[in-house]
Amino acid sequence: MWDYTERVMDHFRNPRNVGKIENPDGVGEVGSLACGDALKLMFKLDDDGRIADVKFQTFGCASAIASSSALTEIVKGMTVDEAEQVTNQDIAEFLGGLPDQKLHCSVMGREALEAAIQNYRTGETSKAVLEGEVICNCFGVTREEIERVVRENDLKTVDEITNYTKAGGGCGACKPNLQSIVDAYREETLRAAEKAKPRKMTFLEKIHRIEDTIEQEIRPLLKADGGDIELVDVDGDRVQVSFRGMCAQCNVAQFTLKDVVEAKLHEFVSDDIAVEEVKA
Amino acid sequence: MKTVYLDNNATTRVAPEVVDAMQPFFGEFYGNPSSMHYFGGQVARHVEAARARVANLIGADPSEIVFTSCGTESDNAAILGAVEALGPAARIITTRVEHQAVLAPCRHLKEQGYDVVEIDVDNAGQVDMAALRAALHKSPCLVTVMWANNETGTVFPLEEIARLTQAAGAVLHTDAVQTVGKIPVDVGSIPVDMLSLSGHKLHAPKGVGVLYVRRGTKVRPLLLGGHQEHGRRAGTENVPYIVGLGKACELAAAGLDAERTRVAALRDRLEAGILERTTGTLVNGDRKNRLPNTTNVSFQYIEGEAILYHLSDVGIAASSGSACTSGSLDVSHVLRAMGVPRDYAQGSIRFSLSRYNTAAEIDYVLAQLPPVVTRLRDLSPFVE
Repeated sequence: MWDYTERVMDHFRNPRNVGKIENPDGVGEVGSLACGDALKLMFKLDDDGRIADVKFQTFGCASAIASSSALTEIVKGMTVDEAEQVTNQDIAEFLGGLPDQKLHCSVMGREALEAAIQNYRTGETSKAVLEGEVICNCFGVTREEIERVVRENDLKTVDEITNYTKAGGGCGACKPNLQSIVDAYREETLRAAEKAKPRKMTFLEKIHRIEDTIEQEIRPLLKADGGDIELVDVDGDRVQVSFRGMCAQCNVAQFTLKDVVEAKLHEFVSDDIAVEEVKA
Repeated sequence: MKTVYLDNNATTRVAPEVVDAMQPFFGEFYGNPSSMHYFGGQVARHVEAARARVANLIGADPSEIVFTSCGTESDNAAILGAVEALGPAARIITTRVEHQAVLAPCRHLKEQGYDVVEIDVDNAGQVDMAALRAALHKSPCLVTVMWANNETGTVFPLEEIARLTQAAGAVLHTDAVQTVGKIPVDVGSIPVDMLSLSGHKLHAPKGVGVLYVRRGTKVRPLLLGGHQEHGRRAGTENVPYIVGLGKACELAAAGLDAERTRVAALRDRLEAGILERTTGTLVNGDRKNRLPNTTNVSFQYIEGEAILYHLSDVGIAASSGSACTSGSLDVSHVLRAMGVPRDYAQGSIRFSLSRYNTAAEIDYVLAQLPPVVTRLRDLSPFVE
């Protein structure tokens, strides 16, 4: 069984706002039988332009139903402009998280909302229109959609793209294309980081940056392998760290030190930094 | 909560008699059957008694029974071992609806440059015999086809296939993991060269399997490092589980009639009841040639995982071939190969029974299932 949260199971067992609305202001439909899940979302505004009523119909698994239900609860009472800011992370967070392989359910929710808003604004129904280059033919996912999800969720691997969009989950023929999308995005963020790297910083700023980089960039990578890291001291450009958890006994920790820790600090702080390990 | 277990093609309850038979081998009988002392020797006798019971169930000679760790090991050992013996010119013929334990090693061999052919099936999941016959033109060949399908219960015409492969001089392996214990299997009258079976599908525990190898069949062993199993599978014998499997095979031999009559009648009652109480429902598989315990039904416009979770909430255990449950993002390869329409394939549910199920349980399922279908159809954007 999937490791669904209580919240997911509650919204699956007792979905909120199921059904249709007479004369809705906006209708959005995404997915298909072939894709394995589909969502039809409709809303009606009150006199103040707030979403007074919202209803959905979903074909799909437990998390698809729960994500749709969560979405309707989130947007109820919002203005259209506010609803437009809702992301797939908001849906997943509302449910207390989704299994990795089910994140595409939250993306489907965001897409349906967007389609409904577009329908409200322009009268267009985007359902039948696949705009742009289709990358994954099995599930009909476009380059535009994939690039957007990669950006919004800071995705780093092809598997993650599949979890979020289903692209690559059928025959797998598009995986090289997905890889190049990930690569291009990493390249882009790297360059952006390069630009953001300050030419001059105070020693205090440098320490803060080192701490932030360890916290946000390095620790998650090590934790994925059961390891951890601690900042011991900073002396000029010399950064002393200590490995914890699995890393502390790891034979390849020296590679991690150079290829991960130092590389990230070069990327985000300064090219002059030299990292050394001190044993705890 | 009431529980009704209808997922016996996934795994079965270990028979209480099997548990009892195994118990002494976790205690006083802990000797190594290979040892040259009474301590091991007394254990070896029980292993050989189990071997005879397995052989008896499938009509084999005890010397043709090789104990393994599971059905997957048996399939891998048969396919990789036979192909190694046949040499690099070997062609491997299989079907599109095999279990992954067969498909994965075949595709692995394909990547290594072997000529691998996957035969199509028709809408009922029945193998295309003309295509199989045509594929056999080339020698040496290994044919590996399942005896019965795990998802739909469709039974292949193994006797006809065996006559074909015998005439062509091909080696025939059959994955009979779902078959043994459910319908009669007799390698004495059906000339298969190798056959895989798995303990936990017939009320023995998980972690023990068998590869039957007909005398004279050339198979290179997968595991090296010991003389056990006459050099065909190295590794100290898993004595308690082997003894348990022997007991389970003895029970299965005695229970075959009940499978054909009582279990089949329960399955038919379930299937007929579902068709009567729901609309937009299809039965997947070959209803004329099918395992007595299996029914695979599809509910149009709703999705299998959602059905399973609602059934699970009321204590009913079944399984599905929908995309969300298949471990990939696509519908099961079996339903795809059969060409089941997408609006039905996503809503497929497999119920697989065993001798432990009762009529009262089936009636409980028939009371609980239709409201689940209605509930999910009410949610579905495809139902007006």
